[in-house]
Amino acid sequence: MDQNTKIEIRDLNVFAGKTQILKNINIDIPKNKITVILGPSGCGKTTLLKCLNRLTDLYPELKVSGQILIDGNNILEAKEDIYKLRQQMGLLSQRPYPLPMTIYNNIAYALKLRGIKNRREIHKLVMHYLQQASLWEEIRTRLREPASRLSIGQQQRLCLARGLAVNPEIILADEPTSALDPISSQFIEETFGSLKNDYTIVLVTHVLRQAKRIADNVVFMYLGEVIEQGSVEEVFGNPKMEKTKLYLGGTFN
Amino acid sequence: MTRSQKIEEKFFKLLMIVATYFILIILAIIIYSIFEKGLKSISWEMLTQVPQGGYYYGKGGGILNAILGSLALAFGATLLAFVIGMPVALYLNVFLIRHKRVISIIRFLLDLVWGIPSIVYGAFGFSLMIFFGLQTSLLAGILTVTLFILPIMIRSMDEILCTVPIGLQEAAYSLGSNKSEIAFKIFTRQSFSGIITAVLLSFGRGIGDAAAVLFTAGYTDHVPNGLLEPVATLPLSIFFQLSSPVAEVQNRAYASALVLTLIILIVSLFSRGLGKRYHKTKINF
Repeated sequence: MDQNTKIEIRDLNVFAGKTQILKNINIDIPKNKITVILGPSGCGKTTLLKCLNRLTDLYPELKVSGQILIDGNNILEAKEDIYKLRQQMGLLSQRPYPLPMTIYNNIAYALKLRGIKNRREIHKLVMHYLQQASLWEEIRTRLREPASRLSIGQQQRLCLARGLAVNPEIILADEPTSALDPISSQFIEETFGSLKNDYTIVLVTHVLRQAKRIADNVVFMYLGEVIEQGSVEEVFGNPKMEKTKLYLGGTFN
Repeated sequence: MTRSQKIEEKFFKLLMIVATYFILIILAIIIYSIFEKGLKSISWEMLTQVPQGGYYYGKGGGILNAILGSLALAFGATLLAFVIGMPVALYLNVFLIRHKRVISIIRFLLDLVWGIPSIVYGAFGFSLMIFFGLQTSLLAGILTVTLFILPIMIRSMDEILCTVPIGLQEAAYSLGSNKSEIAFKIFTRQSFSGIITAVLLSFGRGIGDAAAVLFTAGYTDHVPNGLLEPVATLPLSIFFQLSSPVAEVQNRAYASALVLTLIILIVSLFSRGLGKRYHKTKINF
């Protein structure tokens, strides 16, 4: 295995009943880079992301087969604690889902799951992660308010901070800016840019411009298949496959 | 909008308005008649004394026995039903998530037993009492009412817990929460006000039912003094007073109904207040 590969996906197939959602997926996701999974709606991007942290377990109708190796460890057959495994990955979903508690406790909840019990340390880390998600300055006086009172953009950054608080190595983001205004989207994108030194980021999007702005690597998917993958220069600058060219040209989306 | 669409719109709007006001008026008449007849007879004496000899023929005394009996019985049964029902509802929605068929069978069965009339629960409770050699008592009443309100408690909680968005569950799972944490920290918080409503609904059904306690809790003119003693209840007290040939005693039945209504009012106001406190943290999606 390549030293710089964080996640290897091998022959991944996902069925929902008789419908095949993902067909023979093989992807290498490099360490400490932003890998963008690009494709039109309904191409299986989100399902692929949910396979990575086994959220597919929540959907009894999904049958997953193949291998997903994270640091060489096949998580689809993980004998070890699935709950611990999920902590290796922070998740940012299409729209923010803050937990039904205060802003402070949203982060503290994640820290406690990580096993941190010391109150002073929790206090310090809540501040640290809110700063990392560039939210601290805006809400430092509102920590005891319910998270539901934040704006959508702030909620999404809170979710990012919460995802970072479990101390993951990977960040999974599923169209994290699709519900946000341009300013908040920019915030999130900039934060991703600064996070990639420490984290492996997998971002799902259907927005071409976003992919161009922040991707190091691009995986183009269409109807459950990987059409093309490579560095951003390769895929955008010199696409080999016909479908990729059409998508990049805006012929379909 | 075409002409026929306009007529359709008008017709259905009218239908909704008429139905709503019809129900409101009926409710108002019921409440008015309880107040009108009840207020005449309600007195401090009635609330603070137990029936004296000949109370049901117009002599002095009150219904303290039934007030305290009903409260003890309804609170006991609601508490017990909550302690059993909450885990069941959480189990259905968190732990059985991969077994949709099992969930739907359990829901179906619960809906079925919800529909069984309370007199059947009373009869069932009675046969259990004979089996265990138990007399009519507060305990037997509590157990029977618990059985009777359990399906109501579980299904109304279940309906609320069902609405916890899958995205919120995913978010909480992705942080590494296990299922008990999801159940007790996420589901209960997100659904807190709905859970309160479920408890309230069950309490209302429990305190208002006569048939389930008829054979099991018995009746007495004394205030309840122990789990193994019979207790009086307000619905039965209302029944006995209404059965009296004396008009004054019949009016006391309305006064008792007024007391029952007020108890439910106070409990709902209190629990709504409680629900509001938590409602703030609930996330609206």
